[in-house]
Amino acid sequence: MRGRAGERGKPQAPPSPPSLSLTLPRKGGGNTTEPPDSFGAPHVVVAKQNNALQIYALDDLAARSGLEIGLPLANARAICPELTVFDADPVADARTLGDIADWCDRFTPLVALDPPHGLYLDITGCAHLFGGERALLQTLCGALTRRGFVVSAAIAGTSICARTLTRHASGKIIADGEEADAVGPLPVSALGADVAITSGLRRAGLKTIGDVAARGRHEITARFGAGFTTLLEHALGQGDAPISPRKPLPDYIVEKRFPEPVATDTVIAMNLSALAGMLVSAMDKQGKGARRLEASFFRTDGAVRNITVDTGRPVTKPVVIDRLFRERLDALNDPLDPGFGFDLIRLSASRTEIVVQQQRDLDANVHDNDELAALIDRIAARIGGKRVVVHLPQDTHIPERAVLAVSAQHHLAAATEAAWPERIENEPPLRPLRLFERPEPINVPFASVPDGPPHQFTWRRVTHAVVRVEGPERIAMEWWKQNGEALTRDYFRIEDAEGLRFWIFRDGLYEGELRSDEEGEPVSPKWFVHGLFA
Amino acid sequence: MTGARLNTLARLRGRIERIEAGADTHALHKVALGHAEADATLCGGLARATVHEVFAEGHQGAAATGFIAGLAGRLTSRRPLVWVRQDFSEIESGALSMSGLAELGLDPRLLVTVRAADADAALRTAADALACDALGAVVLEVWGEPRQLDLVASRKLTLAAQASGVTALLLRLAAVPQPSTAETRWIVRAAHSPPSAPWHAWGAPVFDAELVRNRHGPVGRWIMEWKCDECLFSEPAANPQPVAATPAHRPHQAAAQSVFRRSA
Repeated sequence: MRGRAGERGKPQAPPSPPSLSLTLPRKGGGNTTEPPDSFGAPHVVVAKQNNALQIYALDDLAARSGLEIGLPLANARAICPELTVFDADPVADARTLGDIADWCDRFTPLVALDPPHGLYLDITGCAHLFGGERALLQTLCGALTRRGFVVSAAIAGTSICARTLTRHASGKIIADGEEADAVGPLPVSALGADVAITSGLRRAGLKTIGDVAARGRHEITARFGAGFTTLLEHALGQGDAPISPRKPLPDYIVEKRFPEPVATDTVIAMNLSALAGMLVSAMDKQGKGARRLEASFFRTDGAVRNITVDTGRPVTKPVVIDRLFRERLDALNDPLDPGFGFDLIRLSASRTEIVVQQQRDLDANVHDNDELAALIDRIAARIGGKRVVVHLPQDTHIPERAVLAVSAQHHLAAATEAAWPERIENEPPLRPLRLFERPEPINVPFASVPDGPPHQFTWRRVTHAVVRVEGPERIAMEWWKQNGEALTRDYFRIEDAEGLRFWIFRDGLYEGELRSDEEGEPVSPKWFVHGLFA
Repeated sequence: MTGARLNTLARLRGRIERIEAGADTHALHKVALGHAEADATLCGGLARATVHEVFAEGHQGAAATGFIAGLAGRLTSRRPLVWVRQDFSEIESGALSMSGLAELGLDPRLLVTVRAADADAALRTAADALACDALGAVVLEVWGEPRQLDLVASRKLTLAAQASGVTALLLRLAAVPQPSTAETRWIVRAAHSPPSAPWHAWGAPVFDAELVRNRHGPVGRWIMEWKCDECLFSEPAANPQPVAATPAHRPHQAAAQSVFRRSA
């Protein structure tokens, strides 16, 4: 978290996410929802709880008819026959909340989810960018309200205090040290504790948070548990629970806001290069280079598109950043859709490294490797980092595991120094040039001796007559790594009448290891082709 | 002076020559394959900074791969090799095995593999890679006959190769030759190992390589053996089976033996 100078504030905006953009949960007095087209019949959202369809959310009209959350649907229909009912869709709700959180990224990089309906924003050091806390709160609430959400928000020193306030009244800004006074008069349900605890408190005659706070903490703990006491203390501003932001804080952020939304590709590209220049100059002061870059495009209608680019070595040139993003944007499956335009473009370096400056001399190896790394970055930006691989030898005899393909961006240096087994002089190749990822079964009618090589075999519907054989090369499986599934293999190098050279193996030994069928009877070993020699 | 410096100097000289004399200088940069007749036909060897195509039927994929690996081994000389291939090709004819490549005498440390999802991505990546003059060669492995790989695409690859001096090697599996701007075009099949005594090692890569297009010379067809240790192509040994010389002092026995052999 960044410096805590000044007031720590967390406006909490629980914009209730609608399924069907219509109805939203009514919680306490504050979080009500007003569907934009709520004329006519009242609307409710129902979900199956306790084996019955119960009201999960409802609109104002329904509330005015006397319905409430948790009421069984049958009862609700009896009270209000003209009810319109929708099924709850928690997945869509969560997605909407995520979208709203994305949109909130424009105010602060630290946005945390408070499911099912809330968000925390850590606005430490951000408020002044938007004309102060009051203005920020108004901007945020205004924008969300215009999009049809019912929002209640508050700013306070601790996240729990802010959340408690939003449950009851929107738009409050509480200075440090005034939390207890602010939340004191609120009903206990605003704390958001368990239903059992809330009703227990009411039954004990403790109606407001102030009443509860007036009692001794040990009494409360003895009756309702330590968790509730902590919650209460946080609400009163004594101590704070850290929020867990959705994304880690990037190391460097530069952004550009547009009074007039930009929509054309050229303008977007131009601004992106300008941002790249700003980012690099910011990183340059601390001798850093970016390993992961993220460009966020905030559309005027609230949609946010994030595009990430990874690099193999720290990038320190705006041109390179520019080119990587151009490659990435070109190759997107669903192209960047500006819609009515972007009003904010942000470029952040989410992972950075210290750049070691290298002396360039006539020995251009360093330079060559740089060029190769840059090429790998470009290709990876276009088709994905996992598709550009280098190879590391593994310490195993099992052919399919002898080589590990790893991302070239991250392992280029390791791969160029890897120690590969030496080749034996004057021997023909003992390992095939092309290896099948999973060995392909072949049909072997008979072998001359049980453990011997076949005379002919059928692979991919073609019968090959065996002319030359060398083998077996017996490769035992790694019993210390496996649970007895894999069998010893006898590999043969084979040349057929056409001159094609195969690497085939028999899975299992005739007298020793055999697989058994469903009835436990051993079946004769199967043959596979595992690779092809040049 | 270290090899790397010599290399650098050579490259700088090459760059200057290229600037001075345009694309024609590349004709001078040829790499001998090692096979005398083929080198003679190719006027000294395989030209750098151009496109070479190797075609093979589907089931001859491994032989063609071996041949192109050999060409790449001749061309790269301690510089990185980028191998771009389509996913489908791996399913159909197996993944390129690093152990196998090392057995052929190439260095897996210098290989970067790009797994392109389709022919479009593969072509684009190959063109990108060809623009990077730090590479020794770029291999583009394509299965079948994608319509993207037409004359225009081939021309683009040729131009990119000329501009950077990197050689492009096209491995076309399960495809028949079509018009292209390639410098040479080969059709490769596996050839038999030469007959040898049972105790003799067999299985060195032997190719039946047919040169079907050569922009600057005649074509031909040869049996080539890849020498893994020397990292070059060569003629297969003419008479690999050692034959005892006919004993000069016992001509009648030798004659009898040959009669016997004939009758057998």
